[in-house]
Amino acid sequence: MTKRLPAYAILLIVAGLFAICAVAQQDELRMPGAVYDFDKKNETPKPAPKHDISGVWEPAAGYNDGVAATGAKSMPADGKPEHELPYTPEGRKAFLAHKPTFGVTQVEASLTNDPVPACNPQGFPRIVLHNFRTSRIVQTPENVVVLYEFNKKWREIWTDGRQLPKDPQNPTWGPPDAPESRWWGYSVGIWADDYTFVAESNGFDDRTWLDNAGRPHSDLLHVTERYRRTDLDHLEITITIDDPKMYTKPWEALRLRERLQKPSFDMHEMECAPIETEEYNKAIADPAVEK
Amino acid sequence: MSKRLDVVLAIVSLLCISAPLAAHHGNAAYDESKLVTVKGTVTEWLWANPHCFLKFDVKDEKGNVVHWAAETSNPPDMIGHGWSKNTLKPGDQITVVMLTVKNGRPIGRVRQVTLPDGKVLTNESGLANRSLNSSAPPSPEER
Repeated sequence: MTKRLPAYAILLIVAGLFAICAVAQQDELRMPGAVYDFDKKNETPKPAPKHDISGVWEPAAGYNDGVAATGAKSMPADGKPEHELPYTPEGRKAFLAHKPTFGVTQVEASLTNDPVPACNPQGFPRIVLHNFRTSRIVQTPENVVVLYEFNKKWREIWTDGRQLPKDPQNPTWGPPDAPESRWWGYSVGIWADDYTFVAESNGFDDRTWLDNAGRPHSDLLHVTERYRRTDLDHLEITITIDDPKMYTKPWEALRLRERLQKPSFDMHEMECAPIETEEYNKAIADPAVEK
Repeated sequence: MSKRLDVVLAIVSLLCISAPLAAHHGNAAYDESKLVTVKGTVTEWLWANPHCFLKFDVKDEKGNVVHWAAETSNPPDMIGHGWSKNTLKPGDQITVVMLTVKNGRPIGRVRQVTLPDGKVLTNESGLANRSLNSSAPPSPEER
């Protein structure tokens, strides 16, 4: 054997190992009964239906492709310069006050001030920036309802012509409603074209975090979601964050491709239960950091 | 084999196992530089959020029984990896491969379990592709 392998041989070996690695991981990243893109490599896309994003959706690349441990999928808190968010001074201060269990400012589980481990609401958009698993979209004449697997939550995006609350710090749909900030915000949506549904949200309670890495938001947060039905089986979702208190400019937080599942596909339960969390903390999280 | 190829294989292997999957509770409390393998007897298997976890007894070198607790991931992730609430029951003799906490307490994060019938279940994608004696840092997989 020669002492030095030629570059093309190295490349071939690398490509082969990646392929083996990818197959091994895909085999594991599957919810029972789900269909993913790697199951349908040579399919011919069927045309997208107009004004229709309803159905059960699963991340197309594997069930975990929408789960972002180290922060928003498009901008993870991994220390890379290109993922540094455009914080305002107030935004950076708020970020550093958060003690997440993942990302560049991670702490041990028992030392975190993340509201979610204690079963407080993750709210929107954290539900899709942290743990975007199976979802079901239901379209009614008045709204689009999204049901999420994570913590069995749901939200309504109104399509009946109403406008977003004008004052996001005192949000209301108008009389007779009283103003209230919401963990899940206020959402309205329109069809930008036959295949693209765009939702806008504001009126948020600022106690939630944007993601699992502790990225902050204020009560001026404005979220834009785009759902683009690229063909019958696929939906591309993007999320853009705009919050002038925390960030100097809008930034894209998520770009996820989803795959349509059969209507009978059943969402698994993933519910934060204080009684289970207490047991976990007692057995694992607390003793793990005892001196 | 050339040193160049050794380096390539090492990098690819590391990339193969290091993609973070799901997460909620991180690995900050764990020593990620090594994996520990022990044989023990299951005392409890809790199918729960935020993480399913396992309690098991291990005899140390002096014959004393040490009560271990080792976490896995959340129920949907475990289903995705082929586990269920019936995978383990008290009395099962198992072999556990895990990370352990830095403070020396008998607490771990499961990477792989060998069941009494010899079946191997992992809690990490791509684990089967790597040597369990490797010192490469394993990936975080949590809620």
